[in-house]
Amino acid sequence: MNVLILGIGNILLHDEGVGVRAIEELEHCFSFPAEVELVDGGTCGLELRDTMCDRDLLLLIDAIRNGGMPGTAYRLEGDEVPAHFHTRISPHQLGISDLLATLSLTGSLPARMVLFGVEPADLSTGLGLSPAVEAGLEKVVTAVGEELSGYGLQPGVSSFEEARIPGFWSTRKSPPAGEKEATP
Amino acid sequence: MAKRIVVDPVTRIEGHLRIDCEVDNGKVTKAWSSGQMWRGIEVILQGRDPREAWLFTQRICGVCTTVHAVASVRAVENALDMEVPLNAQFIRNLIIGGHGVHDHMVHFYHLCALDWVDIVSALQADPKKTAALGQSLSAWKGNSYNEIKAVQDRLKGFVATGQLGPFGSGYWGHPAMKLSPEVNLLAVTHYMQALEYQRKINQVVAILGSKTPHIQNLAVGGVANPINLDSSSALNMEKLYHVKTLIDEVNDFVKTAMLSDVAAVGAFYADWTAYGAGVTNYLSAPDMPMDSRGTVFELPGGYIANGDVGDFTPIKSYRDEFFEKNVQESIKHSWYEGDWTRHPYEEETVPNYTDFQDDGKYSWVKSPTFQGEPAQVGPLANVLAMYVAGHEPTRKYVDQTLATVSSLAKTEVGIPALHSTIGRIAARVVRCAVLNDTLTNQWNGLVENIASGDIATFNQPVFPKGEQRGFGYHEAPRGILSHWVVIEDGKIKNYQCVVPSTWNAGPRNGNDAPGPYEASLVGNPVADPEKPLEVLRTVHSFDPCLACAIHLVDKENEEIVRVKVL
Repeated sequence: MNVLILGIGNILLHDEGVGVRAIEELEHCFSFPAEVELVDGGTCGLELRDTMCDRDLLLLIDAIRNGGMPGTAYRLEGDEVPAHFHTRISPHQLGISDLLATLSLTGSLPARMVLFGVEPADLSTGLGLSPAVEAGLEKVVTAVGEELSGYGLQPGVSSFEEARIPGFWSTRKSPPAGEKEATP
Repeated sequence: MAKRIVVDPVTRIEGHLRIDCEVDNGKVTKAWSSGQMWRGIEVILQGRDPREAWLFTQRICGVCTTVHAVASVRAVENALDMEVPLNAQFIRNLIIGGHGVHDHMVHFYHLCALDWVDIVSALQADPKKTAALGQSLSAWKGNSYNEIKAVQDRLKGFVATGQLGPFGSGYWGHPAMKLSPEVNLLAVTHYMQALEYQRKINQVVAILGSKTPHIQNLAVGGVANPINLDSSSALNMEKLYHVKTLIDEVNDFVKTAMLSDVAAVGAFYADWTAYGAGVTNYLSAPDMPMDSRGTVFELPGGYIANGDVGDFTPIKSYRDEFFEKNVQESIKHSWYEGDWTRHPYEEETVPNYTDFQDDGKYSWVKSPTFQGEPAQVGPLANVLAMYVAGHEPTRKYVDQTLATVSSLAKTEVGIPALHSTIGRIAARVVRCAVLNDTLTNQWNGLVENIASGDIATFNQPVFPKGEQRGFGYHEAPRGILSHWVVIEDGKIKNYQCVVPSTWNAGPRNGNDAPGPYEASLVGNPVADPEKPLEVLRTVHSFDPCLACAIHLVDKENEEIVRVKVL
């Protein structure tokens, strides 16, 4: 089985970057079977066509504005996924919506698609997630792990040491004082 | 009586652009270009380490991530007066060349062609006649009956499912659509093939840049690619030959299919050579540095004033004062605090949103000027500069394209026709062909340099105490991009990105002179104000990419998708 976990969004806009941060968190918390690939798609466009073509399963992670409480985690699947991106004006409006459309046109859409999202609180310019969205991020990371387990692709738990090093885009504090400093 | 039309948002672009036009007697009489999102990268970068600025700047946009990474490291290197190892220049050049080809291909076929090509009409075409037409235009191997028939069948199946996907926002059956069903089907066939070739050329960027989108191999002072021809984990001959194969495959498509397609579109829409010239001061940068200091370039660039190709001033090096001193930005009509015109080193970014005021502030985009005048940037500016500078491949592809257009249109079409909406599109395809040749040259340069025993890829940057200022430019797919940095005691004190879409999409400047989008729209025909296809043709011909010209404020969904809460 050929699986892509794709986090998208703009890390320069606070909570808009939750998808990219989710990829960092997943990489730090878990080890994945060889058939699972994780990609930080950032503010992607058609450049991702090569990465997305002909997958058995695509797990997308993004910020979703749906009117819920900040940090609310969502799950959409199948046809709801392109429908969601189609209605959206965002930095990846062209990116994901057109990307899915061209994949559909050439018959290369992933066989199965699931979109995980977190309701953002703050989309202003700046780095780091708001506290509510940090909490939502944890829910999504867990949900992605469970989704994979449903296909028999149970992620392993990464070593304690690695899990403590925050990713480049994380503004979480490094390990508490007295413990080993994270490598920048 | 004049009628106001508002296109908001303009679709098939990256970012959010609003265009307002006053239309009188079927022609645009006045136009406003308004970026509807604001950008604040400058604010994020203040106080940061200049060595990591490129990681942030390349996140501004989803289409041109690579270009902001390259311009950023060049700006910091310039501030430190650094040299960059030759291998690093070649590797960067291959990345930006690959990215440029990818970007031009996607724009021509996937973003802009749908303004000229009627997808619905292609369904009625005769695939046999289409194949014959294709074979008369070029030797492209993908013009076979079987290939064309398969595309038409797929398109029929796709439309039958009730979804139009990427074709959903087109004005099908519009009276300004003039291609025959067969020309339309040929274009759609190449649209589908281009989806695969853009993928291949992007692999060049991925192999050398470690990842796309958002390359990971840059460093202030060079690149992070270790070169070791005997190691499987470094840049070795196997990877280099893979890159070469990809370049050659894409080259074949661009030189046969794409060049003949743009000539055909140009010939059938020859009336569009009369519209859309707008601002004819053209600014472009030299690129593809061939030495460690950035004084010799494979591709020329410079400034042409008032569309006069006899009045060309080349930009000569990374330290070129003619360029450095003559760039300014104005905010008189932009949503920032105050009313000033300043050099990028001296700018500030303090937002001040009013409403849309026709004669006041109406855009998040600032208004750049060169020698106090608005300037058009992009492939047309670059192709004209390279043509004037005597760059042989540019001359060859321009002359060849104009000759094909002239023969198809049965009328003489020369260089002056390039100052137009359709000329901008033709220049983009010419530049794509030029970049393909450049990729081969840069690949040869890299391999020869490695063969000579040089494997250096990085010089360590050193940040002295005190203040340094620097600028870095890059001739990006949408035109000249420049980053301007002020460093103090090893930290960023000020940072400004003057991006191509700012030059083109900028509002009126400090002297109330309109920007290139605005000027180019005046005089455009508009057959049906409810379906302003002609306005989109001219705006799209610039390849707008507003995500980096300004920045995003998300808009509430207009339709709510039912979602399940976890």
